[in-house]
Amino acid sequence: MIPFDYRRADDVLGAVTLVHEHENAAFLGGGTNLVDHLKLGVANPDLLVDVSRLPLDHVEPLPDGGVRIGAAVRNSDLAAHPLVRRRYPVLSQALLSGASGQIRNLATTAGNLLQRTRCVYFTDVTTPCNKREPGSGCAALAGYNRYHAVLGASPHCVAVHPSDLAVALVALDAVIHVQGPDSARTIRAEDLHRLPGDEPDRDTVLAHGELITAVDVPDLPITARSRYRKVRDRASYAFALVSVAAAVDVEDGTVRDARVAFGGLAHKPWRAHRAEEVLRGAPATDDTVRQAAEAELAAATPLPDNAFKPRMATGALVATLRELTREQA
Amino acid sequence: MDAEITLRVDGTERTVVVDTRTTLLDALRERLGVMSPKKGCDHGQCGSCTVLLDGRRVITCLTLAAAHDGADVTTAAGLADGAALHPVQQAFLDQDAFQCGYCTPGQICSAVGMLDEAGRGWPSAVTGGEPGPLDDAEIRERMSGNLCRCGAYAGIVRAIEQAAR
Repeated sequence: MIPFDYRRADDVLGAVTLVHEHENAAFLGGGTNLVDHLKLGVANPDLLVDVSRLPLDHVEPLPDGGVRIGAAVRNSDLAAHPLVRRRYPVLSQALLSGASGQIRNLATTAGNLLQRTRCVYFTDVTTPCNKREPGSGCAALAGYNRYHAVLGASPHCVAVHPSDLAVALVALDAVIHVQGPDSARTIRAEDLHRLPGDEPDRDTVLAHGELITAVDVPDLPITARSRYRKVRDRASYAFALVSVAAAVDVEDGTVRDARVAFGGLAHKPWRAHRAEEVLRGAPATDDTVRQAAEAELAAATPLPDNAFKPRMATGALVATLRELTREQA
Repeated sequence: MDAEITLRVDGTERTVVVDTRTTLLDALRERLGVMSPKKGCDHGQCGSCTVLLDGRRVITCLTLAAAHDGADVTTAAGLADGAALHPVQQAFLDQDAFQCGYCTPGQICSAVGMLDEAGRGWPSAVTGGEPGPLDDAEIRERMSGNLCRCGAYAGIVRAIEQAAR
């Protein structure tokens, strides 16, 4: 680990300015991903600006009926929050399906969104990785790629984004609030993470120094009936092979509206717009859901170790919507 | 770079200057001689370094000591009330919940924190919505961040069931 300076930020603008003005500075939240990367040599900042004690640790209702989640709210507090559990069960379930109790007590909302891929080659500095070291190559293409992308990948990177929370937020049409050195802006959750293209080192559209301050989740009646299903190699404390965040509104056996996002399939949470189109107005049957998933996954390009993923994603969506539909029958 | 921090560790205030790269775990063990939390994987995967930080269970290997100036740390060694063991400690003895004992301080701190979380009505991935009784499946899910390579899980689950009563 190279030496670094540590500063605790007193306010949002001060934190943003500090990082913006230091090319090799990084924000520090709960640290559960970044401190590991410091140890592994994956991240080598010379200044850490601790934003975990900024007053961004509240969950509060918005006048328009939505909910604002502060960037420093701990994952455990968010998952347990009564407002979140009642109105956005998919959000609470997504958080509880990730990490462990001890990690959720440290990890923050923004840190969860900005955590980096768990591709084994990204975290092993002895192997080539275009995300960690642009131009060095991708060891996963001809290596262990069971966990990797089947949608939206590029020849440069086949990593997937590991966050469960992000998948739920994309399904919920959440909006990310960002503070930059000169101005603030909002980004749709779906647009925060990017596909790898020829710049896989860039996980998100954020510029250096931009700080996530809050996440707004809109008031959508449909989301009170929502669910997160995570398929993985062991029952707990593991990353997703495939996950589904879904909400559905069914009336008289017909799907009136549906929201679907997949995790574990791509470099970003994958909002399944095609599947949603197929579902809207269609009969709420397993066959329809299967067709919807297959429409979404028609463009999938599996790797040698993960040819099962399109079928697994289809099965996960069928099972999730079956549960949600049964609740409304 | 150095940082001076003050921690209250098992009821005693301790001030120490640490390199900013020092994790909370290394500050406790290497700088303050507090050997109860154990270094297992050092990458947040095993839970043997778990302590109660300001009353909540956390791993200490993936958080920097400099970020916790002023914090209150309770390790497994600080749970007992004089000669009287904490109910979770007593339950681990009663139910033979360990073999080599290396993961045990982390298991015990995690169990104490977990029982507090469950008592406050926090849900889990098993319960989904509303938390139910702390049965076998609930305990296993809520304790999944603590590994025991001896495989003493059956006894650990029994111990936590005993302490929860």
